[in-house]
Amino acid sequence: MKSNIALVSVVACIAINAAFAISNISLAQDSPANSLKPAASFQSIADQQQRSVAIFEEAGKVIQHPRCVNCHPATDRPLQSMSMHPHQPPVTRGEAGMGVPGMMCNTCHGPENVKVVAQAETIKSIPGNANWHLAPIEMAWQGKSLGEICNQIKDPQRNGGMSLEKLIEHMAHDDLVGWGWHPGEGREPVPGTQAEFGELIRTWVETGAACPS
Amino acid sequence: MITFKLNGQQRTFDGDPDTPLLWVLRDFEKLTGTKYGCGIAQCGACTVHLDGTTRRSCITPTSTVEGSEVITIEGIDGKEAEAVRKAWIAIDVPQCGYCQSGQIMSAVSLLQLTPKPTNEDIDGAMAGNICRCATYHRIRQAIHDAADTMEG
Repeated sequence: MKSNIALVSVVACIAINAAFAISNISLAQDSPANSLKPAASFQSIADQQQRSVAIFEEAGKVIQHPRCVNCHPATDRPLQSMSMHPHQPPVTRGEAGMGVPGMMCNTCHGPENVKVVAQAETIKSIPGNANWHLAPIEMAWQGKSLGEICNQIKDPQRNGGMSLEKLIEHMAHDDLVGWGWHPGEGREPVPGTQAEFGELIRTWVETGAACPS
Repeated sequence: MITFKLNGQQRTFDGDPDTPLLWVLRDFEKLTGTKYGCGIAQCGACTVHLDGTTRRSCITPTSTVEGSEVITIEGIDGKEAEAVRKAWIAIDVPQCGYCQSGQIMSAVSLLQLTPKPTNEDIDGAMAGNICRCATYHRIRQAIHDAADTMEG
């Protein structure tokens, strides 16, 4: 517990002033937008269902971040940037979520993020991952409430046939999910770390995988 | 040392491995048919084929083509390329021509994978190739014509 608090403190202090960070930790209330509260910090919530919901709401800071939702679009076109505007160029998902013949995702997105040079200050890198692709349409998150997404990702019909155990593994270790924490220069990462996020998902499942209403 | 096959020939590059492939093609290999447009994979002028699919060479670190096969506009061949070449000439597709090598590389890739494309297929494949002369209607027509030629 002490090490968890210390870790959160370090992360928080990088982003905002130390006094504000310490205040948040001591109250065990909201965590700064760019960090995640440790799963263990929710033990103070006595009611298990309420605890489970609270844990998922913390994980929702990652799930509903544009870095994640941009590739879980509700249409055949991915989104881009923190403003979540339609992807430019105007690409489409294709049959397997990897683009269409002649214009695949990997036409532009390589196996790793690529820094660019001699560009505008707002354009630092091209994102990449060896498995770069769109989430299938049944896994669309764009425009949905956290509660709707919660029920969706528990449903094997809408989560790629994953059990909750596999869902934990996916969230905690999948490399493309992990890209969200390492999105390349010029791009805001999702909050916390993938390990912290995976622990939140694991604890959420262990407490009954309750969803926000 | 990075080794790759370029238009059928083994080539090596011993410069900075982060050098974009486009720079290696144009400055070291002197293959200037592939063009620099935007430098951020937004225009398609630098399109080549990398292991059989389209790739924007301006944002491709040369280190990532180790062991791969790169085809440029100078080396593209086969029935799809020949059909596209004839169709492009027949209706004078290019205007200023700057984007056309990229357009052709995308069109050939489309026909290799989809021999009889619909308008939707063409628009999807060509969505990332911008033409400042707006020759889009002729590009689309020429791809249909090339497909008809291939069909025989």
